[in-house]
Amino acid sequence: MNIFVLLKRTFDTEEKIVISNGSIVEDGAEFIINPYDEYAVEEAIQIRDSQGGEVTVVSVGGEEAEKQLRTALAMGADKAVLINIEDDIENGDQFTTSKILAEFLQGKEADLILAGNVAIDGGSGQVGPRVADLLDIPYITTITNITVDGTSVKIVRDVEGDSETIEAALPLLVTAQQGLNEPRYPSLPGIMKAKKKPLEELELDDLDLDEDDVEAKTKTIEIFLPPKKEAGKVLEGELDVQVKELVSLLHSEAKVI
Amino acid sequence: MNFDLTAEQEMIRRTIKEFADEEVAPGALERDLAKTFPVGIFKQLGKMGMMGLPFPEEYGGAGADTVSFAIVTEELSRACASTGITYSAHISLGGAPLNLFGTSKQKQEYLTPICTGESLGAFGLTEPDAGSDAGGTKTTASEADEEFVINGSKCFITNASYAKHLAVTAITGEKNEKKEISAIIVPTDQKGFTVIDKYEKMGLNASNTTELVLEDVRVSKDHLLGKRGDGFKQFLITLDGGRIGIGAMAVGIAQAAYEKALQYAQGRKQFGQSLSKFQAIQFKLADMAMEIELARTMVFKAAWLKDQGRVFTKEASMCKLYASEVCNRVTNQAVQIHGGYGYMKEFHVERYMRDGKLLEIGEGTSEIQRMVIARQIGC
Repeated sequence: MNIFVLLKRTFDTEEKIVISNGSIVEDGAEFIINPYDEYAVEEAIQIRDSQGGEVTVVSVGGEEAEKQLRTALAMGADKAVLINIEDDIENGDQFTTSKILAEFLQGKEADLILAGNVAIDGGSGQVGPRVADLLDIPYITTITNITVDGTSVKIVRDVEGDSETIEAALPLLVTAQQGLNEPRYPSLPGIMKAKKKPLEELELDDLDLDEDDVEAKTKTIEIFLPPKKEAGKVLEGELDVQVKELVSLLHSEAKVI
Repeated sequence: MNFDLTAEQEMIRRTIKEFADEEVAPGALERDLAKTFPVGIFKQLGKMGMMGLPFPEEYGGAGADTVSFAIVTEELSRACASTGITYSAHISLGGAPLNLFGTSKQKQEYLTPICTGESLGAFGLTEPDAGSDAGGTKTTASEADEEFVINGSKCFITNASYAKHLAVTAITGEKNEKKEISAIIVPTDQKGFTVIDKYEKMGLNASNTTELVLEDVRVSKDHLLGKRGDGFKQFLITLDGGRIGIGAMAVGIAQAAYEKALQYAQGRKQFGQSLSKFQAIQFKLADMAMEIELARTMVFKAAWLKDQGRVFTKEASMCKLYASEVCNRVTNQAVQIHGGYGYMKEFHVERYMRDGKLLEIGEGTSEIQRMVIARQIGC
């Protein structure tokens, strides 16, 4: 089976986000594989191990994303491709990324493409479905289980807390939801071998794309942090007094009613 | 000069840090209280290929470097020092002498199960009357029918209950009125070999510390490790590497104590402000941060020298001595910053203090380290 995983390098969820001059400060921050993409990598490896084939991990990003790709290789992926847009694109969006990925995947004869449900930074959840659409293949999002049998695939997906079982056929794109699996720690021999595994680096030119072809459809107007959480207020006194005070505060202070 | 870790070292650091936070730290308090050895953690480390970290791939190792060993030991110790010392002893006292002095047949037979984690590594050196003064060794290995017959006892031996075999030092004869000491590999299930784990310790309660009793234990002569009479020399070389492990452990425990103290000082309010706003506490925390940074740098330098194939005896002693003393200062101050809470087990820092004390003692006391350094600088 020819399996592809779409992977994004993101902020560590435990990082404290600092904004300076309208953009997020990246200096000294820790970066990780987007956790949902990590489920996708793990699942891809498991499917390859049971069905045979090859896992290629693809990332659109800058030079630094090589680290996350190497981590995926250390986990057990076979090949990695970094589509380096650092020099070509200043402000990309979901359209940009999915267009580039789809162009890359065109003609690769992928049987199964796995992506994360959302990236924990942007959180749009668009890239996976958009890529599938551009490739004209079906997609199923937020999957929590997948069984591949020949070209037929049985999937359980999370629907707002409930489960839906779907049967589909390859080729297919799926996005991983939490609960799909427990991603492995890269093994030490895996880490030592990761350096020797093939990691191809491409630029827009190599995909016959111009900057105009992938120009973002959206514009970021402002980036700001959520308002700082104020200390709570504890109401005291008789119950009916408390209720009255609460109602009046909801009116006058919180302005929710 | 370059202070960056390599891509592999960085990936190892991340992996082991995540593993330590998620799998090792959560049970550390309970294991200390119940004195339970972290068997499950070592099974997982075995699966991850960490148990054979620096050893050649042909024996099931991963061929990683000493800097990586220091990283793994530090991170494990940060989460649980008992896990850290078990790992450090496994690699640097158990596996390393086999790798350095064993024949390829011995490595195949004894190093391979250490690399897979099937057996933990241990080293039988210390005796009731012989620590760093190996001259006091009383265990004997006499020869009969092409076999060694070993008699004696060893004390404070880490990991022996979980080791399938270990090298012990014994007197194999006398040369120029001096004891001839050799190392011999002995399977722990051999007749006459008893492992006793009855110590009541101050700290490192979840690690395995044992007494070994050898009564007419017979092994064939091909169990001799390295050259006959080289036991003393071998153990000095082994301890050089082991000291990097102790240094790394010390950095890990100190880091854990510092992080807890900083977090507590930021959260705890007295006299209307956080403890971290009081200069008296700030200075303690600043000293901690500085000393840990210096200790880690020294550990990495010693490890780096070893990886370059250079002489590292002096630096290994320096890193062990400095880091273990830093660890004791830092853990003590971490308890102090926590006040009464720090004295309570629930807050972890008293455990760090108890665990950290061993590092000024094991693999050569601080006094022995100063002797080693003094000799190295030409005194």
